[in-house]
Amino acid sequence: MMKNVYITNTNCITPLGFDVDSNWEALLQGISGIEKQNGFGPLESFYASVIDTHKLEASFEQISSGEGFTKLEKMLILALKPLINNTIITNRTAFLFSTTKGNIRLLEDGNNTVEAAYLSALAKKISTYFGFTTEPIVVSNACVSGILAIAIAKRMIQAGMYDNAFVVAADEVSEFVVSGFNSFQAMSPEPCKPYDKERTGVTLGEAAAAVYISSDEKEAVANSMKIIGDGAVNDANHISGPSRTGEGLYRSIASAMSEAKIEKGKIDYISAHGTATLFNDEMEAIAFNRLSLENTPVNSLKGYYGHTLGASGLLETVLAIESARRNQLIVSKGYNQSGVTQPIRIITANNSQEINCFLKTASGFGGCNTAVLFEKVN
Amino acid sequence: MESSNYISKYCIIEEHSVFVNGRKQFASEPVPFTEFAKAVYKDFGMDYPKFFKMDSLSKLAFLTAEIILEDIAKPGEENNNIALVFANRSSSLDTDAKYQDSIQDKKDYFPSPAVFVYTLPNICIGEVSIRHQLKSESAFFVFDEFPSEFMKNYADVLLATGKAEKVVCGWTELYREKYRSVMYLVEKQGKTEHNKEIINQIYTNSLWTL
Amino acid sequence: MDALKQELKSKIIEVLNLEDVAVEDINDNDALFGDGLGLDSIDALELIVLLDKEYGIKLTDPKEGKTIFQSIETMAAYITANRTK
Repeated sequence: MMKNVYITNTNCITPLGFDVDSNWEALLQGISGIEKQNGFGPLESFYASVIDTHKLEASFEQISSGEGFTKLEKMLILALKPLINNTIITNRTAFLFSTTKGNIRLLEDGNNTVEAAYLSALAKKISTYFGFTTEPIVVSNACVSGILAIAIAKRMIQAGMYDNAFVVAADEVSEFVVSGFNSFQAMSPEPCKPYDKERTGVTLGEAAAAVYISSDEKEAVANSMKIIGDGAVNDANHISGPSRTGEGLYRSIASAMSEAKIEKGKIDYISAHGTATLFNDEMEAIAFNRLSLENTPVNSLKGYYGHTLGASGLLETVLAIESARRNQLIVSKGYNQSGVTQPIRIITANNSQEINCFLKTASGFGGCNTAVLFEKVN
Repeated sequence: MESSNYISKYCIIEEHSVFVNGRKQFASEPVPFTEFAKAVYKDFGMDYPKFFKMDSLSKLAFLTAEIILEDIAKPGEENNNIALVFANRSSSLDTDAKYQDSIQDKKDYFPSPAVFVYTLPNICIGEVSIRHQLKSESAFFVFDEFPSEFMKNYADVLLATGKAEKVVCGWTELYREKYRSVMYLVEKQGKTEHNKEIINQIYTNSLWTL
Repeated sequence: MDALKQELKSKIIEVLNLEDVAVEDINDNDALFGDGLGLDSIDALELIVLLDKEYGIKLTDPKEGKTIFQSIETMAAYITANRTK
């Protein structure tokens, strides 16, 4: 019999706020972090959801006077700090860090060596700051990294290698990713509109998120979330485009459901990926229909935060957990009229609804997909 | 985690040589990696034109996986229960640096989508999955050093939970001209035990033969 | 025009890493995508960069690519009519 594994504590650092409560309030009011930007290379003006550097500095100064941290490192430390305050770190505590590009902005300054951008060096720096004694586990799987790290933490706790885990994820908006997504013709000229008929692509964003995961039943108090199933299956179709049939996502969800031993009717809510590219959103609609999940309320939070890449899966899980705790659905911002060929139930009002079980999904470059099922502890 | 799994094959590519189950199968003159990779591709009789579009990290992972999977996952057939678990130290930094060069000069600014797509380390997993139609579990990790205990536990948990029937574990490290790829196949039956000591011996190429 | 077509063929082979394909192997009217040369969506994006970098043509709507990149013939005609360098 496998151990039960729970998420008991969460936090996030985003343009909408530096804790979960302020983010939740902003979502309820329909506020988006997406604004017009300049200064990320020659691309003249584009939309992105970017954290105000001055606000971040002010917040960081309250916990550390130390210089020598990049913006991304400050986001990571601020995200983790409140969770660590309540917990004892042991030699059986795992530290998982999800990111796609880490400190890639250091390469913009030709004086820095390429080695400065090593992900393991960044992970070590954060790990040392908080005094973790186990080797940091960096999960770098494109846009599923953040949610995949939850599945990995749960699996490794169940394998008996750790008792508990801190998972932190972060990515920032950089000229590197802005120019890259632009070369892919994937950037939306206006704030992104997931699943909408008029959607034209991705809006990028930056954020950090953190969760604490434990197998200690004493820590699993009310409103903790039990991780009841997961799957991370590749499309084996194309390195940059999703499978047209949603194969990998379909199989990832099916794998999670079979592990959790639940029927489709038990899932109260889906926090989907919804990047607002033509192919991604269509692929998700197909996969959800193949699993008869077309009547389950679904949203994408990209309309509030943009696509925060390796952080998105974890950030969106943190907010989905908040939805479950408060039994409240959040509008899928940017959606007006269906732009996918299969019917799905996009959330269009902040309705109250009992949420005991929810599904979080993500998909990304390299054909990767991840699905994780959560159940509320009552 | 209690393990009763076994390692049935392993392959190492380093310093312009290819070792299969401890035996040297191919070696070239000390040429640059792309030339060496092409020589391996030809020597092993591979036929997959997309190989030449890959970045160096994907080529390295592809070649090693091709040798590991040749008998058990025929290209073109579905092989849904073979998981891929890869890790390395330098992530995709080799290609990241190339991409950054292409956007460094604002007067000569032509970011390449074909380079950008490889600025994620898990793309090499995608390439191997496509080649062998592995609609299966996969994950890419970054560690400072080869994480033998973590790899062992992760492979065991995938097999124990039925998420996979077989697992290909790999260390695929490449940065500039320094490269080292070590891959091994973990299954539920076999002779060579899947444990940390054996994995470390494979990693250091000091397990005599399999 | 013939010189441009030759130039295009060798540039496409180089930029798209088409191993074992020679300039002589590509006919002016061969389909570049699908059954012909077998190019894919990333190649199409790379051709958009090539138009910009070599001929100063900026395609703002990637859908335009579909007709322009049908064959060497259609590409050469489009470049001749629209090039700025």
